[in-house]
Amino acid sequence: MSTALESYINRTVAVVTSDGRMIVGTLKGFDQTINLILDESHERVFSSSQGVEQVVLGLYIVRGDNVAVIGEIDEDTDSSLDLGNIRAEPLNSIVH
Amino acid sequence: MLDLQLQITYLNDYTFGFIKTLLFYSFFKSLVGKDVVVELKNDLSICGTLHSVDQYLNIKLTDISVTDPEKYPHMLSVKNCFIRGSVVRYVQLPADEVDTQLLQDAARKEALQQKQ
Repeated sequence: MSTALESYINRTVAVVTSDGRMIVGTLKGFDQTINLILDESHERVFSSSQGVEQVVLGLYIVRGDNVAVIGEIDEDTDSSLDLGNIRAEPLNSIVH
Repeated sequence: MLDLQLQITYLNDYTFGFIKTLLFYSFFKSLVGKDVVVELKNDLSICGTLHSVDQYLNIKLTDISVTDPEKYPHMLSVKNCFIRGSVVRYVQLPADEVDTQLLQDAARKEALQQKQ
């Protein structure tokens, strides 16, 4: 059995990185070590004082070491989110 | 109670530096379809149905929900996710899904064989 990221290819994904950041983009490629190619990516910066800020990044390669979670984004749910009103602490970093 | 047939298989080739037996991989394979809670090393807890697992213990969960969605609204639009094995702290399972005795015995045999 393999948990390949095959099914997420060309879909919009939310990548949680080991430093607690969240990057949303289109998954274009991956390999065994979970290195990722994300197209049209932007970072969603969460803050407890202001709404979610989106920083445009473009085409990114993320090294597998730094990947924690890859979530498949449900477009319908995502478009109904009012990012401007979400207040949250940034995620913690991964501590081994 | 699950009838676990745990087979210990040895990898011959280069294995990226992880332990060369697949006991826990086999164990998790037998739990596919069950509901689990995965606690990550960044303190995030994700509840979901175990969809698949691989030799690195990377986990794919479907129909996920974050245990504390008020604190962690980050994953609101995510229904399925892939979790890298290296960032997992705990995998919480209901006690009746696991034959603890069998697992303990298998792990002990494992440890013994590894020593030799």
